[in-house]
Amino acid sequence: MAEIMFWEALQRAHDEEMARDPLVYCMGEDIGVAGGTYKATKGLYEKYGAERVIDTPISENGFTGLGIGSSFLGCRPIIEIMSVNFAWLAMDQLFNTAAKVHYMSGGQLMAPVVVRSPGGTAHMLGAQHSARMEKVFMGIAGLRVVTPSSPRQAYGLLKSAVRCNDPVFINEHEMMYNMKGDVPDEEYFLPLEGSEISRGGKDVTLFGYNVSVYWCQQAAEILSRNHNIDAEVVDLYCLSPLDREGIKRSVSKTHRAVIVEEAEPAVGVGAEVMAIINEDCFYELDAPPVRVSAENTPIPYNHKLERAAIPDIHNVVDAVLKMFGRT
Amino acid sequence: MDSDLKKKLLREMLFARRFEERCYEAYVERKIGGFLHLYSGEEACAHGVLEAARPGQDYVITSYRDHVHAIKCGMDPKVVMAELFAKETGCCKGLGGSMHIFGVEQRFMGGYALVGGPFPLAAGIAKGIQMKGGDEICICFLGDAANNQGTFHESLNMAKLWNLPVLYVCENNLYGIGTRIDRSTAVVDQYKRVSSYNIPSAQADGQDVEVVYEAAQKAVDHVRSGKGPYFLELMTYRYRGHSMSDSNAYREKKEERMWGGRDPIIMLRDSLIEAGETSAEKFKAMDAEILEEIENEVIRFAEESPEPSMDLLHKYVMTENDPYVKGGSK
Repeated sequence: MAEIMFWEALQRAHDEEMARDPLVYCMGEDIGVAGGTYKATKGLYEKYGAERVIDTPISENGFTGLGIGSSFLGCRPIIEIMSVNFAWLAMDQLFNTAAKVHYMSGGQLMAPVVVRSPGGTAHMLGAQHSARMEKVFMGIAGLRVVTPSSPRQAYGLLKSAVRCNDPVFINEHEMMYNMKGDVPDEEYFLPLEGSEISRGGKDVTLFGYNVSVYWCQQAAEILSRNHNIDAEVVDLYCLSPLDREGIKRSVSKTHRAVIVEEAEPAVGVGAEVMAIINEDCFYELDAPPVRVSAENTPIPYNHKLERAAIPDIHNVVDAVLKMFGRT
Repeated sequence: MDSDLKKKLLREMLFARRFEERCYEAYVERKIGGFLHLYSGEEACAHGVLEAARPGQDYVITSYRDHVHAIKCGMDPKVVMAELFAKETGCCKGLGGSMHIFGVEQRFMGGYALVGGPFPLAAGIAKGIQMKGGDEICICFLGDAANNQGTFHESLNMAKLWNLPVLYVCENNLYGIGTRIDRSTAVVDQYKRVSSYNIPSAQADGQDVEVVYEAAQKAVDHVRSGKGPYFLELMTYRYRGHSMSDSNAYREKKEERMWGGRDPIIMLRDSLIEAGETSAEKFKAMDAEILEEIENEVIRFAEESPEPSMDLLHKYVMTENDPYVKGGSK
């Protein structure tokens, strides 16, 4: 076990998979000679050469489609889209081809591509570089969506995604690449379906994913320390498919649910988890489920306004206290 | 082109025409649903190009006007028709339809319904060939109107940049759905547009299969010899509307008559008759034989095949039993 950074975990997974299988390759903007905006492919260009660590033109739909086409022949591309804001441009190929080709070919073709892309609100990047897009990807049948919240997950999910025969979208976060965490030294693979209990508790379940897992964890500490509320934190690291069983299990234990998301509320993870609770364990509830979401605005440039647009730990604590009638 | 090859192509092209025209009838009879885009009039393009390549070994990808390319790649017409009839015996088990014919065994990598969508997929298939080290090529057939999509430019750029073995064939039928090319496209000669990517290109008569074949031989040789992508523009015309829902009101009768007089099948037939290699009677007999084959074998197979079972609804959303979904074996 070593403590390494999020980007180092990704780099290690890339390196191991490329060393194992000559048909694994990676491509994206600035990932080769420049080493990657977030260093996820650092050193790989020197090791594997320009044909397997490809610096692409700024043509997101084009190179995503190219990766998908190569996957029809058994290649395993790991495509980095520099920012999810740019992934909008690749939606045609991701949604119309990657997600549907296995189905519409009657099972003849597979598109085992991995697309990694960071999103989220970073620091004063403005409206067109701060999108939170997971809600869009998770709504498409035929596409798997995972979102790692730690270096351990980043490594284990990328390893499984590369070997999985389905297309997998990995939603990363701009602010997490330098985060440190323990990663086992031996090779391992994380399931592409499921969730993890990142903190056990009995009074309320806080559902988070990606960066909001940390808001949930810190809120749980405050709730425990100051308010004698024992919160469970469930990390929904698989967004499509969502872990129905895991959601039901936790809500059946705590009987209360708060879903915390960095994105705008409409048609989002919170809405979907609430629907699952409603369908699968409504009578387990002691209180109506609550969402803690971003404001329904584009992300402003001004830092104070930017912070006000997305939730924080205190919003989570307040939502739980309100649920318990403590405010 | 020797006369045996010409005769073979005449039979194949006539079969393609009769197949497509029978699809028209089946659509009117409501046996075929959805959108149906017919290839009548453009037969010399697919046949001339693929005859110069290695159908079944080279990879082929195209748009929604895909039945004839699929058959020329070696797919069984019965299985294609069964797909159009939405039957379980169809190539995609009734999940694809007319716009999504696939025959991966024959390396027909599919028909796609987003205009311009296959451009980068073809470049990717070529990238796959390059990584695996074979001497196959990828041939991408698309219409002229697809060239106004961003994928055209993005893909040509990457194909040239990375020297990918891909042949782009532009079947220029002069219309993008119902809009004439000079009303939608600033540069009407499509082969000129690729010069900005330094990709060699040519324009040829797409109604004369011999001309197509010769132009394609040059194009295929270029790509197969490792010189990178090539763009071949074939001037052609579709005798039917864009799809079956097309009233065809946007084309002038004079223009239709002109192109009708350049029917690729009639042109090939007449050149064979002139050379004394066939006769009007023999052609008629062949036509009757083809019509009978389509009726008694192809249509019958499609008609008599079962509907897909209901469990197919969910079967191919994701691949089955993938161990890594559960976290692998380790």
